[in-house]
Amino acid sequence: MSVLDFGIKPGSRSGLRPVWEEPPTRAGLATKGVTLTLVCLAVLFPVWVVVVTSLSSVRTITETGGLVVIPRGVTFLHYQELLSGGQVSRAALVSVGVAVVGTLFSMTVSVLCAYGLSRPGSVLHRPILLLIVATMFFGAGLIPTYLVVQGLGLTDTYLSLILPSALNVFNILVLRAFFMGTAQELIESARIDGAGDLRILWRIVMPLSRAVLAVITLFYAVGYWSAWFNASIYLSDPDMLPLQNVMQQLVIKQQRPTGLGQAINTGHLSPLAIQMAVMVLALLPVAVLSPFVQRHFKQGMLIGAVKG
Amino acid sequence: MAQSTVRPPAARRDAAPAEAAVPPRASSRVPLRHRLRRDRVLLLMVLPALLLLLVFHYVPLIGNVVAFQDYDPYIADNAFQAMSQSPWIGFEHFRHMAEDRLFWQAVRNTLAIFAIQLALFFPVPVLLALFVHSFARPRVRAVAQAVLYLPHFFSWVLVITVFQQMFGGAGLIAQVLRDHGHEGFDLMTDPGLFKFLITFELIWKDAGWGVIVFLAALAAVGPDLYEAAAMDGAGRWRRIWHIQLPALRPVVALLLVLQVGNALTVGFEQILLQRTAVGPTASEVLDTYVWNTGLDNGNFGYGAAIGIVKGVFGLLMVLGANKAAHLMGEQGVYKR
Repeated sequence: MSVLDFGIKPGSRSGLRPVWEEPPTRAGLATKGVTLTLVCLAVLFPVWVVVVTSLSSVRTITETGGLVVIPRGVTFLHYQELLSGGQVSRAALVSVGVAVVGTLFSMTVSVLCAYGLSRPGSVLHRPILLLIVATMFFGAGLIPTYLVVQGLGLTDTYLSLILPSALNVFNILVLRAFFMGTAQELIESARIDGAGDLRILWRIVMPLSRAVLAVITLFYAVGYWSAWFNASIYLSDPDMLPLQNVMQQLVIKQQRPTGLGQAINTGHLSPLAIQMAVMVLALLPVAVLSPFVQRHFKQGMLIGAVKG
Repeated sequence: MAQSTVRPPAARRDAAPAEAAVPPRASSRVPLRHRLRRDRVLLLMVLPALLLLLVFHYVPLIGNVVAFQDYDPYIADNAFQAMSQSPWIGFEHFRHMAEDRLFWQAVRNTLAIFAIQLALFFPVPVLLALFVHSFARPRVRAVAQAVLYLPHFFSWVLVITVFQQMFGGAGLIAQVLRDHGHEGFDLMTDPGLFKFLITFELIWKDAGWGVIVFLAALAAVGPDLYEAAAMDGAGRWRRIWHIQLPALRPVVALLLVLQVGNALTVGFEQILLQRTAVGPTASEVLDTYVWNTGLDNGNFGYGAAIGIVKGVFGLLMVLGANKAAHLMGEQGVYKR
């Protein structure tokens, strides 16, 4: 990994401490360590309980009287039941599909737009930019947006989960700021060699912006994966609902998963473990993906991305 | 991975000289027709995004006309036709708003939640950033950041279900209390604590994420400042007070402006998901009231009217907050 990690022997903090900084006291170090552990536990402990309960057997859950903190054996029973067809499997597939298609669509449109506005002095780029930035200052409002989506006949189609929320103007501005930072000499020399704008974008600008592209892709993907509201107002067919909406029905509203009622009544499955398993399905993709992109997050948050 | 926090944000600074070094495409002397031809590929690239914003942002802006109509969604099969056939009633909805008790309650709740979150949520990322920054080891920082950022990527449904499992009537705390012979406990259905509950949820979800910008600002402080301060005898806390907090000031000002500008938008989805547990008196905010009157009860015109009032006041608040930031010598969201 980084040079700093290898240069230091375990246990020696002095190598990292600047000369002017006073050596830390034992009490100070202990306080800091304990605080950091507590802060991390506040995040991780609830997740731990959810995961452990989802992997527990019906007996364990009955014995502990509910949520399981200390694992006693691991069973994938509830995941098997949920993922072998039925409501939750379908919802998970819908969510994956919407997230993949939506992210591809959002990224394509955003990258093209950001590049199209990133060339200095190109015609009309200022008025267009103004038109785009202006949308950050006043939203159209819930009701008229709903009416337009309904008027276009998008309700009860998956397009209603993608198109209305496909663009995040802030993401476009961040991409644009990075594309503007790409070395102009490279772009000019490619142009002299006869490359068009699309080729320059694909072969030069995008490869040089991999970090920010990864971050924005993650942002869009998480946005689609986590979306609940659009499906709740635009979709009326319960069979079309994505995972977040099914999770709301099963966990917040405490409904029984369709098709599994019998297995729950006979004590074969635990309703609590099923709820927890659905929650794990919802958190797994983001928990697995986000750490990979973590070191680039800062670049996706660029403040002052708006530049004429 | 571990090194990321030590690196100053470079890209923003690189952008400016690169831009200045290359002469912009000559613009003023070439006729518009030729420039359109020259840049047609660039314009085509912008077109899809522009169309999306036009259809899903600017057309709905015009759709706000239903606020001046007695809009009847059942008059035609299509919203656009219904819009053209519904009768106009002028400012009737806006007059009604003034004497609508529920509307004013939503306003009060919205402002109360904004105030609570400003006081309880806003300082947390700053403190967390100072804390994380105080660890010298890159590995420790990277792990702490990974953990802190994680809940930001959880959906609201997930965050609320997690809270339900911890603090709800059938949650872990209630379970432990009952095991030890105490009475049960349910934070999720207590109307009196609702505003604090959602603030607590917000802190759990997003306070860690808020750390990023502050950490970047702290990483940009040169070591010479600390060194000079230490030479002058400034201890740990004085260095925080005289170096780190001033370094965070512009970022804090910017985020404050954004926060105030968004004051009327507090946790829409978050509240919508758990309002049934506590009832509207404690939980109704402007956004949920719009949803409730417009989409749930079918009074689209009135819902849109409330949306307009909220939008106008929201815009005024952004401009006002930005003006205030300028007066205090900060940059704000945009320059003058």
